[in-house]
Amino acid sequence: MATKANNVVEVDKVVVKFAGDSGDGMQLSGTQFSDTSAILGNDLATFPDFPSEIRAPQGTLAGVSGFQVHIGHTDIYTSGDDADVLVAMNPAALRYNMSHLKTGSTIIVDGDLFEPKNLKKAGYETNPLEDGSLSNYTVIAAPITSQTRTILKETGLDVKTMDKSRNQFAIGIVFYLLNRDMEEGAKFLAQKFKKKPELIDSNVLVMKGGHNYAHNLQLIHTTYRINPNLTKKGKYRNITGNVATAWGLMAAAERANLPLFLGSYPITPATEILAELAKFKNLGVKTFQAEDEIAGVMSAIGAAYAGSLAATSTAGPGLSLKSEALGLAVMTELPLVVVDVQRGGPSTGLPTKTEQSDLMQALYGRNGEAPMIVMAASSSSDCFHYAFHAAKISLEHMTPVILLTDSYLANGSELWQIPDINQLPEIKAPLVGENVEGGYKPYLRNEENLARYWAVPGQEGNQHRVGGLEKEDVTGSVSHNPHNHEKMVQLRAEKVRRAVVDVPNQELNGPEKGKLLVIGWGSTKGAIFTAWKQLFNEGKDIASACFNYIMPLPANTEEILSGYDQVLVCELNNGQFVNYLRMNFPNIKFTQFNKNQAQPFMVTELVQKFNEILEA
Amino acid sequence: MTEIKYTRKDFVSDQEVKWCAGCGDYSILSAVTNALPEIGINKKDIVFVSGIGCSSRFPYYVDTYGIHGLHGRAAALASGVKVSHPHLSVWIATGDGDSMAIGGNHFIHLIRRNIDVNLILFNNEIYGLTKGQYSPTSPLGHVTKTSPHGTVEHPFKPAELVMGSEGTFFARVPDTNPKMMKEVFIEAAKHNGASIVEVLQNCVIFNNNTHEEITGKEVRDDHQIYLKHGEKMIFGAENNKGLVLEGLKLKVVTIGEDGYTLDDILVHNAKDKDATMHYLLGRMSLPEFPVAMGVIRAVDAAVYNDELEKQISNAKATSKIKNMNDLVNAGETFVL
Ligand SMILES: Cc1ncc(C[n+]2csc(CCOP(=O)(O)OP(=O)(O)O)c2C)c(N)n1
Ligand code: SF4
Ligand SMILES: [Mg+2]
Repeated sequence: MATKANNVVEVDKVVVKFAGDSGDGMQLSGTQFSDTSAILGNDLATFPDFPSEIRAPQGTLAGVSGFQVHIGHTDIYTSGDDADVLVAMNPAALRYNMSHLKTGSTIIVDGDLFEPKNLKKAGYETNPLEDGSLSNYTVIAAPITSQTRTILKETGLDVKTMDKSRNQFAIGIVFYLLNRDMEEGAKFLAQKFKKKPELIDSNVLVMKGGHNYAHNLQLIHTTYRINPNLTKKGKYRNITGNVATAWGLMAAAERANLPLFLGSYPITPATEILAELAKFKNLGVKTFQAEDEIAGVMSAIGAAYAGSLAATSTAGPGLSLKSEALGLAVMTELPLVVVDVQRGGPSTGLPTKTEQSDLMQALYGRNGEAPMIVMAASSSSDCFHYAFHAAKISLEHMTPVILLTDSYLANGSELWQIPDINQLPEIKAPLVGENVEGGYKPYLRNEENLARYWAVPGQEGNQHRVGGLEKEDVTGSVSHNPHNHEKMVQLRAEKVRRAVVDVPNQELNGPEKGKLLVIGWGSTKGAIFTAWKQLFNEGKDIASACFNYIMPLPANTEEILSGYDQVLVCELNNGQFVNYLRMNFPNIKFTQFNKNQAQPFMVTELVQKFNEILEA
Repeated sequence: MTEIKYTRKDFVSDQEVKWCAGCGDYSILSAVTNALPEIGINKKDIVFVSGIGCSSRFPYYVDTYGIHGLHGRAAALASGVKVSHPHLSVWIATGDGDSMAIGGNHFIHLIRRNIDVNLILFNNEIYGLTKGQYSPTSPLGHVTKTSPHGTVEHPFKPAELVMGSEGTFFARVPDTNPKMMKEVFIEAAKHNGASIVEVLQNCVIFNNNTHEEITGKEVRDDHQIYLKHGEKMIFGAENNKGLVLEGLKLKVVTIGEDGYTLDDILVHNAKDKDATMHYLLGRMSLPEFPVAMGVIRAVDAAVYNDELEKQISNAKATSKIKNMNDLVNAGETFVL
């Protein structure tokens, strides 16, 4: 028997990337790995990496799909920069991921597929397993295909079905390498194949085969352990940003005691919000898959007028189509939640990739003076919180709200501490009773927050009409009076400003005064925070803040921004938030760090940038 | 529900009506306010929805709930009202520009889905509000400010779009016949599904007399046929003309001439699921044919909002997940 690996090294964090053809089950392996890690008590974040083509030719670079998992003994805020462990099910998957590997990382490949045909498809002229190009890595070239077929020889399964279990051989190796619990891995499979029980045993067999192979392999001298994260306590589930967004809206509807209506049109990467909400007829949720984005938002406005918590979900191109209707929602002062899952733009752009380039569109992309509340979620799981609060603010202030998320949050997942829904704040929409005394006046307002009172069809005696024409204050009659228009423009703007009472003060990490403050908004929070923490722990003079509320900005924003030699605004666009801040705070000098690659920030590049400034 | 007795006045709002004097929209408004007391719906449950155009001012003038939307988007707006709150009686007022041009897409999808709303299409074959440009229903060659040499595009017939979208209800009425309008609006209200009523409406300012060949006092009896379910397709000043089918084509015949008797004349079946005959009737035009009026098609089919409510009550009855707390705690969870 071969000598066993006996060195177990404890590490804080590990990034594992599973990559292969679309049909190789990488999503399943990734989830199997992340779920079993969660059971062991690790914190985690995941991110899938799909090609835009649904089924690109097998074995080619265009067909590579991936699933990255970042697990940790300490808190995890991103799905990780470069991988510590790469599982590459074919040569294309290896080639595609080479630039995202840490030096010294472990690469697990299916050695059987590194033959001329597949190497050529991947564009390799020589075999990387033999030409020395991988000398900086630990390579485990396991004969995955042949081993899998051998293990399953007796089962009577056809070769195609057998090959579908190849991912389990790889997972077995990863479980060995990272000391995961095989029993949990098997339980996951039992759950996954509940409806095809004949596949449970075969997959478990292959996983064990992979584990034994790794165990017997002399190459693995050291395995790693990632201990549980003891700061996390309580009940958690793994959730993607899109699901969290959908659930946040549902929770808001429950707390507002209103029916939920979503009018939407499918678009990457927002479609899952529509698909998720469509599941919950049991909770009375209504989804309307409209003929286009305009009909999506218009149907939602109709539902809002009739008394629903109404929402519409889309991505950048769809938000463009909705612009005119958003003006109608502003004018009619109806509650409406608009979720924009941003993607690379302009135009069709990079549909599956992430970017923060819709901020200006969200703030100003409408005709006329049409202020809307704009907020942004900053992690997959806090999409729940921000969707909930978008709905709460919209209903309580009677004004449409745009919630910005993006592809990175939407498709990524992380552990979410399950809240008690009954402990979430109650939502009180300003609904009137029937037969309002003196007659219902559609534009009569709450003096404090300027929200108009809401009457809905079906109520006796409150018949009224709203619409896109300018309305007289209080009565709601159509009005072209210049002074009335002036007043209404100011009222609508002031109403949005006054929503600041429901915006929590901006949090700051690090010193209140000093050399450098780094700023971000939305989904870059995890990367910026991680980079800041690293430098702060090294004793550097650096602070950081990441904004979730953009319109209106938190009340203490100016106070936070003042007091540093430099304020650096980091975003995944060409400088939209920084220019918005410049406009709002002309006395503060901002510098900017922009990335326009339709990719999230890597912690390493932020650290490098921050260091450059600190050392300048 | 307690029966409430309304009169026309109950549906007249306090807003000053601002259409041009002599505009056909006035007679449509009064036919609607005359019909509403007879449909037996509490006015608190009625919502008028519109797009943009002269005709789309309609909701301001009816004392019910109302929402004046965006150009072309009335159908989508109304879909949201009805689907979210199916107990409401939802009416759409829209123009030929609103529903055939900018909103053509929403129009056909509303019909295809068969959402239970009543849509009144004010067809004046012109853009009234923007002062007289040609519309998708203007006849070929029509001269307007934006077509000084005459249009070179073929018009839509709304009836054909309705049939092509598998519509379940289509009717046509002239704005000159208050009695027929009222009868047809009541029929439209009774129909469960998307009811489309095309009103041949006169824009006295920008397209005066566009329907005169159909609606004029002198010609109307010979140039219109009022179709009624179960009745013979007879028309004419002397009530002696009728429609017969020859091969796949309709033909106008005179009873007592060329060997045609009353027995040969077609009987109108508005409830025929097969829309072929309704299509032929809907596209009849002068001078070969009279223009068909009345309810041309009214068939029962699954209704979007009813089906959705059924799915919801089934799901509620069978699911173990009754609220959000059930949901967030269901499935794979981890206790750390
Ligand atoms: C987005 C948009 N485009 C154009 C217009 C200008 N517009 C208003 S009404 C109208 C046409 C109205 O014609 P129709 O729908 O036939 O109504 P009518 O006035 O004839 O009743 C146009 C082009 C607008 N209001 N909004
Ligand atoms: S412009 Fe024509 S359609 Fe508009 S109100 Fe005047 S007459 Fe009626
Ligand atoms: Mg018109």
